[in-house]
Amino acid sequence: MADNAPKAPRQLALVLLVARFLRAVGGVSLLASETMRCSFRGPFARREFVHQVETVGIQSLTIAILTAAFSSMVMTVQFAVQMTRFGVKEYVGSVVSLSLVRELGPALTALMVGGRVGAGIAAELGSMRVTEQVDAIRAMGADPVRKLVVPRVLATTLALPLLTIFADILGVFGAMVVARLDSGVGMTLFLESMLRSVTLEDFMHGLVKTVFFGFLLGVIACYKGLSTSGGTEGVGRATTETVVITSLVTLCVDFVLTNLLLGFGL
Amino acid sequence: MSTENEQPLIEFSQVRKAFGSKSIFDDLTLSVRRGETMTILGGSGSGKSVMLKLLIGLLRTDSGSIRFDGQELCALSETQLLPVRRRISMLFQGGALFDSISVGENVAYPLREHFKLSDSELRSRVQQKLAQVGLPGIEEMRPSELSGGMRKRVAIARAIAADPEVLLYDEPTTGLDPINTRRINELILSIQHDLKVTSLVVTHDMASAFMVADRMAMLSDRRIIATLPREEFRRSSDPAIHSFVHAMSQDSALRASEHPEGVSP
Repeated sequence: MADNAPKAPRQLALVLLVARFLRAVGGVSLLASETMRCSFRGPFARREFVHQVETVGIQSLTIAILTAAFSSMVMTVQFAVQMTRFGVKEYVGSVVSLSLVRELGPALTALMVGGRVGAGIAAELGSMRVTEQVDAIRAMGADPVRKLVVPRVLATTLALPLLTIFADILGVFGAMVVARLDSGVGMTLFLESMLRSVTLEDFMHGLVKTVFFGFLLGVIACYKGLSTSGGTEGVGRATTETVVITSLVTLCVDFVLTNLLLGFGL
Repeated sequence: MSTENEQPLIEFSQVRKAFGSKSIFDDLTLSVRRGETMTILGGSGSGKSVMLKLLIGLLRTDSGSIRFDGQELCALSETQLLPVRRRISMLFQGGALFDSISVGENVAYPLREHFKLSDSELRSRVQQKLAQVGLPGIEEMRPSELSGGMRKRVAIARAIAADPEVLLYDEPTTGLDPINTRRINELILSIQHDLKVTSLVVTHDMASAFMVADRMAMLSDRRIIATLPREEFRRSSDPAIHSFVHAMSQDSALRASEHPEGVSP
């Protein structure tokens, strides 16, 4: 009996943790389905959507480009050193571009932009929640999902693929410059190597994933924001949790989607 | 003013509400007549704001009935509540103005939701409502640029924008200095006079309560313990009412003496 005593609270804590996780998954799923339903049926908050595209997309452009450029430049230096040892340095363009377009561009953009945008959405909606602005929207006969969630989720779903395209382009350019200056691989050779191996399917493989990353990022951030409680402390907690959860979800979903898409030959 | 025999406009009947294991209302029953101003008094955490949120459907009862103009509200979906929310408007405690849009857009918000008005009609309605609360010409300002008293008045302008039949005030004078408190009270009276609305005012400010009320209800021990006309309430010998009225009156007097000049926006 005495041996079992400490186990009971631990088991209870585990049950509560699982219950909390399942409730969150259920809440996110419901919000996702409600968001999709509202997206296809009017009225549509056009002005808010345009504002969100600017906030999510245009204001995240620098961070997306810099992340992709520096990651691909570092990768180029590392690959060039190793590939020189095996005498296949001319393939550095192919290896770096493939990695960037299929995996690093989408994943890093989702992680970096997700951190910035997810935190922003959760903090904004969380503040609106604790200052009764969300209640005010409902009290005035409007739907918070339609007014707040749909524009944000559509903006993240649209912006992430577009940002990834820019990230891919600038990433390849950065890699090409570093390959030329640091490793002595000419730009023509780099480009030829890249064009020989990177296909449209590779590019699409990356882009399809970002559509899912963007949608999940928007829905999770909105869910965390709208379920905020506990005043300003609650807003801080919701913001931090959003960054952690969206990053982990991005990495997990990336693994699953990569396998699925490979299964479909993409 | 309505008669005693007339059917109440708002009726809470045996309402129960709990948040988790914390019971808020056990057996809440209250009737509000058409056209009257009823203040609901009670200590912090007694569930005054919850009452208003139950009425407008922001929260749901656990059991019991809430009727508005003869219609049962508890079973209505969000969509079915829309016509009710067109007729009932709420002033939130902190104003709940949307920080991301201008004052004018805030006031226009319920108009856009409930009516199809042209831009010029919208502009003129917004101008008229802001003038009505004594703040003409501030349409382009942001809520963050306003003082506490101005925020409350803009929130009142937004609450009356769609010409509701019922106005719910959640602590309208909390956090305001005496001058702004008096200004808000006068505004509530003038709205009552001009628009002939039915008002439910939740407050623990005794001076405000006595100034605006036709009847007063006391919320205590998870239910309404008394509903009396203003003067009867003031003279009530019920120990709970008596001690609350005197404690809050002393508190109001103390605060007024601490801020004798007030701060005018």
